[in-house]
Amino acid sequence: MIEVIWLIIALPLLGAVFLHFFGRYIKEPWSGWLASGAIASSFVVALVAAIPFFQGGEHGSTVLLWEWMPAIGANLEMLWDPLAAFMAMVVTGVGALIHVFAIGYMRGDERFSRFFTYLNLFAASMLTLVLAGNYAMLFLGWELVGLCSYLLIGFWFVRPSAASAAKKAFIVNRIGDFGFLIALMLIFAAFGTLSYAGVFERAGAELTTGMATAIALLLFAGAVGKSAQIPLYVWLPDAMEGPAPVSALIHAATMVTAGIYLIARSAAIFELSPAAQTIVATVGALTALWAATIAISQRDIKKVLAYSTISQLGYMVLAVGTTAYFAGLFHLMTHAFFKALLFLGAGSVIHAMNGEQDMAKMGGLFKKMRVTGITMGIATLAIAGIPPLGGFWSKDEILASVFERGGWFSVLWVIGLVTALITGFYMTRLFMLIFLGKPRWDGGVDPHESPRVMTVPLIVLAVLSTIGGLTNTPIRLTLESFLEPSFELISVGQPPENVLILVVVSLLSVLAGAAGILAAWLTYRRPPQDWQRLEEGLQPIWGIWEDAYGVDDIYGRVLVAPGKRAADATAFGFDVPIIDGAVNGVARLVRDFGAWVRPLQTGYVRNYGALFLGGAVVVVIWLVVAGV
Amino acid sequence: MLTWLIALPVIGAAIVALVPGRLKELHLPLGVALAVLPLALAGYVFWVFEPIAEYQFVQEAVWYEPWGISWSLGIDGVSMPMVLLTAILVPIALAASTSITRRTKEFVVYTLLLEAGMIGVFLALDLFLFFVFFEAILIPMYFIIGIWGSDRRIYAAMKFFIFTAFGSALLLAGIIALAVTYADQFGSASFALSDLMNVQLSTSAERWLFVAFALAFAIKVPLFPVHTWLPDAHTEAPTAGSVLLAAVLLKLGTYGLLRFNLSLFPEASVDAAWIMGTLAVIGIIYGAVVAIVQPDLKRLIAYSSVSHLGFIVLGTFALTSGSLQGAVIQNVNHGLVTGALFLLVGMIYERRHTKQISEFGGLQKVMPVFAGFFLFMIFASIGLPGLNGFVGEFLILVGSYSTLPALAIVAAIGVVLAAIYMLWAYERVFTGVPDKEENIALSDLSIREISLLAPLAILVLVIGLYPNVLLDKIAPSTEALLDHIEEQTEFVIPEPGRLGDVLVAGGDHE
Repeated sequence: MIEVIWLIIALPLLGAVFLHFFGRYIKEPWSGWLASGAIASSFVVALVAAIPFFQGGEHGSTVLLWEWMPAIGANLEMLWDPLAAFMAMVVTGVGALIHVFAIGYMRGDERFSRFFTYLNLFAASMLTLVLAGNYAMLFLGWELVGLCSYLLIGFWFVRPSAASAAKKAFIVNRIGDFGFLIALMLIFAAFGTLSYAGVFERAGAELTTGMATAIALLLFAGAVGKSAQIPLYVWLPDAMEGPAPVSALIHAATMVTAGIYLIARSAAIFELSPAAQTIVATVGALTALWAATIAISQRDIKKVLAYSTISQLGYMVLAVGTTAYFAGLFHLMTHAFFKALLFLGAGSVIHAMNGEQDMAKMGGLFKKMRVTGITMGIATLAIAGIPPLGGFWSKDEILASVFERGGWFSVLWVIGLVTALITGFYMTRLFMLIFLGKPRWDGGVDPHESPRVMTVPLIVLAVLSTIGGLTNTPIRLTLESFLEPSFELISVGQPPENVLILVVVSLLSVLAGAAGILAAWLTYRRPPQDWQRLEEGLQPIWGIWEDAYGVDDIYGRVLVAPGKRAADATAFGFDVPIIDGAVNGVARLVRDFGAWVRPLQTGYVRNYGALFLGGAVVVVIWLVVAGV
Repeated sequence: MLTWLIALPVIGAAIVALVPGRLKELHLPLGVALAVLPLALAGYVFWVFEPIAEYQFVQEAVWYEPWGISWSLGIDGVSMPMVLLTAILVPIALAASTSITRRTKEFVVYTLLLEAGMIGVFLALDLFLFFVFFEAILIPMYFIIGIWGSDRRIYAAMKFFIFTAFGSALLLAGIIALAVTYADQFGSASFALSDLMNVQLSTSAERWLFVAFALAFAIKVPLFPVHTWLPDAHTEAPTAGSVLLAAVLLKLGTYGLLRFNLSLFPEASVDAAWIMGTLAVIGIIYGAVVAIVQPDLKRLIAYSSVSHLGFIVLGTFALTSGSLQGAVIQNVNHGLVTGALFLLVGMIYERRHTKQISEFGGLQKVMPVFAGFFLFMIFASIGLPGLNGFVGEFLILVGSYSTLPALAIVAAIGVVLAAIYMLWAYERVFTGVPDKEENIALSDLSIREISLLAPLAILVLVIGLYPNVLLDKIAPSTEALLDHIEEQTEFVIPEPGRLGDVLVAGGDHE
């Protein structure tokens, strides 16, 4: 099967190329079905090709496609191992559901086919990223998903806010990529190749701790951009300008997990640097808490989910920083299910509300949209970590592993627990504001359940959110034994062995989530005046959260504006008057001198010619005299 | 055969010149057709080109024996990509010049003569011959800017001419001094590159000559701080002029540094590597920063060239396999991408008669195909992997780190800045609602315009995904150049995976 894994990338790529050139000749829903078929086929190929890994014991292998930049050991080669297969299945599986949902959501858009071109291109790029056999090709996929993200966020480019959000996403990611690029330089300098095989086998022998820390942290800089961690997360909330919920979903379930994947893939390097691990885990924990607090007070449904995504990515980063790779990847998968579900559900709600995104103007929608309501309810419980739903098992495994590490990580564990509580709160708040209570919408709106093409993906995702967690329970570690061969040489962080401690730790995280749910329930089951007064009463902190701590504003004032002024000063205060001024000054001097020695005005060029020859002769004489 | 590469455009120019002036409509199509001939020949040369280090298709004929000047041509992995690039861009640039209605015949003649000069520069193996071509290029370019340019064309043309001619004076002096020394040491006169490489120079003499050559080429590149002729020349030149200026003429500088400075003055090159690298990196950052705030699209692209060409110079002087291959292929990449960007700006200029960014807005709505090509080339320019710009920049950055680590890291900032100036410009020109009346009625690209851009876009993609079409043929020549430097100096080219002698302050062999 290894011979055909290139198909996994090629199928959606062909879909994108075909739709790019012929999309306009295909009637509306069919281009969507074509794109969905392409990615679904790629899921099937991935599933079949992964059979040896399900059977266990297989390490996977590398396939060379063709040479790319042989001088720096960077070729287009694919690595098909359990980790790659896992990622490929998540991306194509969830991706296929997104595609189908979008057929309903994008109905009537004048660039319908173009949208699916981008979606397929995105899938191909993401698959290039996870199936790459070396860092250069990973970077290829990494940047291409950045491109697709740019195209999708800015899909409705006539809206200035969308165009500007697209640009922001790409540039902020590029700042992270600056670190990534330097990491690649260091890796090549240390190993003479960028190929995983060459790097990971010799990592222990070739790298000093200092070098390993440097490479690990620079790779992490890339992950901080792509996976939206402090301080580069600011692009993600803005990314919600893309067509809701489809591009939002890419920015929630799949693309943003690239950073987690990068760290998991580079485990052999992170293994060598406990310092880097601590920094990664700390950034993850802080991001989880930071974004969760912002999510509490947002009124825009997509903004809540955006900050929730940042927060959940923080959990995953915390996990991989603790070297709990199985837990991190497990959460990556369960999160893909329930966050995809939440975003699609939000899309279904927004669709029903004629584009309204303010939750203060919703309420009581449960009666109108049962499928959306029930499935989103499941997702809410899943993300809050209520057993036996998906989020419970994965989040619990992360927190337990962090707890087990001890020391400074105990602090991070507490942060994780608090975040679990807040998560329960803001998700319940979101659910109740949308679906329960009395309707608060204007008379003109007539909410209705979405068409089948949208609800079926919701149901599938709800099922996955429910049972997805069962793939890796302490009783039966299916996912872990699947991934094991990819982490053979790594000492992976694990939850406590002691059953009693494990149960207590798990109980604590469930209690935290439940407490959050309860608090929100008690608050938001009351009439709107009551909770509005309560929210008002929490000023100024509520306002600060609502304003997302004003980080965008600070970046604007501290970085963007001075940067612009510096560029202005360089261009118009230095380049024109000083550098160019010097040139023109010399020219004027020469001209005046010329006019003085020879008032006879001939043509400029001839004048120059004489000067030129004379000059050349002088220089030659001088060089000869100087003893050349 | 190589002589034909130079002769064909000259013959073409003669044929066009002979066509009576009243057949006005004929000049441009005829010129395009005639420019396809050297392209076909260059394509053939590319096809039969062997991936070996030696010069191929060498032709030699004595020109002026007493001084040892010969008509000596040859092609290797460093020059072949440049010849091909020139041959590809000239017909495209000509075909894009339909808006030139005044003195069309002269325009076509000058452009074809320019092509002959450009190809000659890359093929010449005799330094005197090289210089003749190097100078010959100035004349048609001077007229192209001066006659068909926009408002400040005379100023720009003069500036271009004086700047580069100043460099030429130094270059000529350097060449003569080198030849004189050769005659001293070997008793016979020669200007042949292969002969002059054997001249034994004292350290100080080698350094002075290095400076003379380097300054001449630095002006062409252009390196900071001698870059200010470029924005003016680019901005005022007609489209074809900007295209050829950016795509080919700037490469005379980077080509010269690689071909002549490295091989003639290896010792001085190693010593000066960190100086040249520093200037290059200053150019990368400086050009990008200044580009951010340019109000004029052509000026923005011109400053982006300052930034991009900095990468090439950095790669040249980092002296590793990766960085040199990157430098050579980036010459081609920058030519294709920036050439295409200038074509695109020309196309919008023909419609709106302005290049001011603030005059546009929302163009993607009215001209989706145009916007698509523009965005494609922008992403190629900011080094999106999968497109050609990345291959060059990545080879240069990763390759340079082994010998010039600090500079390579600073240079990588240029990659971030490129995204800023390009995407911000795109946002202002293409997104939002088209609100200006003049913009709403604009027509999208015609089939003719698409057919000019499509070949460039295809090449951008092919080189991006399969750079071995060129790298295979470049590598033997750059490896041979590195071997030559290793033989002549104590500098050791780092093995992959080993940090080399860091090329900083003073070098390693005082």
